[in-house]
Amino acid sequence: MRVDLATSFEEALRIKAERSDVVPVAGGTDLLVHWPDAHALQERDWLDLSALTELSHIHFEPDTVVLGALATYWDVIQDQRFRALPLLPAAAATVGSLQIQTRGTWAGNIANASPAADGVPALMVYDAEVQLASTSGRRSVPLADFYHGYKQLEARPEELIESIRVPLRPHDFENFTKVGSRAAQAITKVGMAVAHSAAGWRIVANSMAPTVRRCRTLERLVESGGTVDSPDGLLSAIRADVNPIDDIRSTAAYRERVFSRLLYQTLLPACSSFS
Amino acid sequence: MTDSRIEISFTLNRRPVTLRVDPRSRLLDLLRYDLGLPGTKEGCGEGECGACTVHLDGVPVNSCLVPAWQVRDRAVLTIEDTAEAAVERMLDAGTTQCGACTPGVVMTARWLEANPRLLERFSARHLMAGNLCRCTGYDGIIDGIEIPVPDREEA
Repeated sequence: MRVDLATSFEEALRIKAERSDVVPVAGGTDLLVHWPDAHALQERDWLDLSALTELSHIHFEPDTVVLGALATYWDVIQDQRFRALPLLPAAAATVGSLQIQTRGTWAGNIANASPAADGVPALMVYDAEVQLASTSGRRSVPLADFYHGYKQLEARPEELIESIRVPLRPHDFENFTKVGSRAAQAITKVGMAVAHSAAGWRIVANSMAPTVRRCRTLERLVESGGTVDSPDGLLSAIRADVNPIDDIRSTAAYRERVFSRLLYQTLLPACSSFS
Repeated sequence: MTDSRIEISFTLNRRPVTLRVDPRSRLLDLLRYDLGLPGTKEGCGEGECGACTVHLDGVPVNSCLVPAWQVRDRAVLTIEDTAEAAVERMLDAGTTQCGACTPGVVMTARWLEANPRLLERFSARHLMAGNLCRCTGYDGIIDGIEIPVPDREEA
């Protein structure tokens, strides 16, 4: 196990360009789980990003919030400016415990690409963009287009996440719901984030597909004003958008049933087409 | 076999330390096995139980999830730094039975006591939720935290 301790982001990008198979690490809250048994990871070479204070910023610009790649859940939870984006602290507060929230980063949640990620749906529902960097340049990718399949990222091997940009828009409806085995310290069985702004409805599901997924069929259904008079009225749209599986935490049938009911109950007070 | 150890310097319990660490060591291993500070306990090893809680640059973290080399140039505080009175208070509150969770509980409680304004926005129970206790329950833990309550004298 070789570890490169990056002292600047440019140095980190050079290392990633030369050896794209290094494991980038910031908070480590996923990578270090059951570490003594993580033999495959211990064989890899690592790139430590944790000292790059240039990436730990949170900037509120007039119409955008910029989260540096080292911004943590706790940074957002304790920063009252995030009342403007309340689903971010709400989601952050459901991730592990305080000791995880002080270490885990939003960018790490994106890069780790768990379908059960809790930070990702909150970012995606606000139309966040991922700022990718490499030695050959910078580019921006909508988070909703960032995943091609299970753990398949839009990012190229030589790229690192530099920051996340979240548009600041007035929302008249916002909801984040997480269903786990218990209220705290649980991995999501069924999750969703829902928001409405001048940009329209956004509906994002987690633990319902191989990736966190924006549910465009459901969004169109809600936008269209088509009548929905029961949770089952959402099922065909849900089946077009997501494909939950049976796994150690839950079953596909439970997930679909709970998701349809939660989404119906969430939208009922907000949509006149729901009855 | 080549020596792949990494030299790091950091502040441990207010004193500077420099040593070479195995790249595979976690902060928890560094404290217990390299530095001989066994007060920090390993519970679950997956960031659930909080028994290994220490302060890293002033905030509680699970030392089982921190690679040792990540503490370079940072400040670490462990249970060994804790004043006896703070531990006594926890013991008096009936917090400890088997004791495995206690060092972590005390470290989170110390941070809470040092940042009492957090309690205007978050409950002590919520902030302590990352420290699991399977013996005594949580009422004693909350009772053992010394929280400044402005109204206490008037009540």
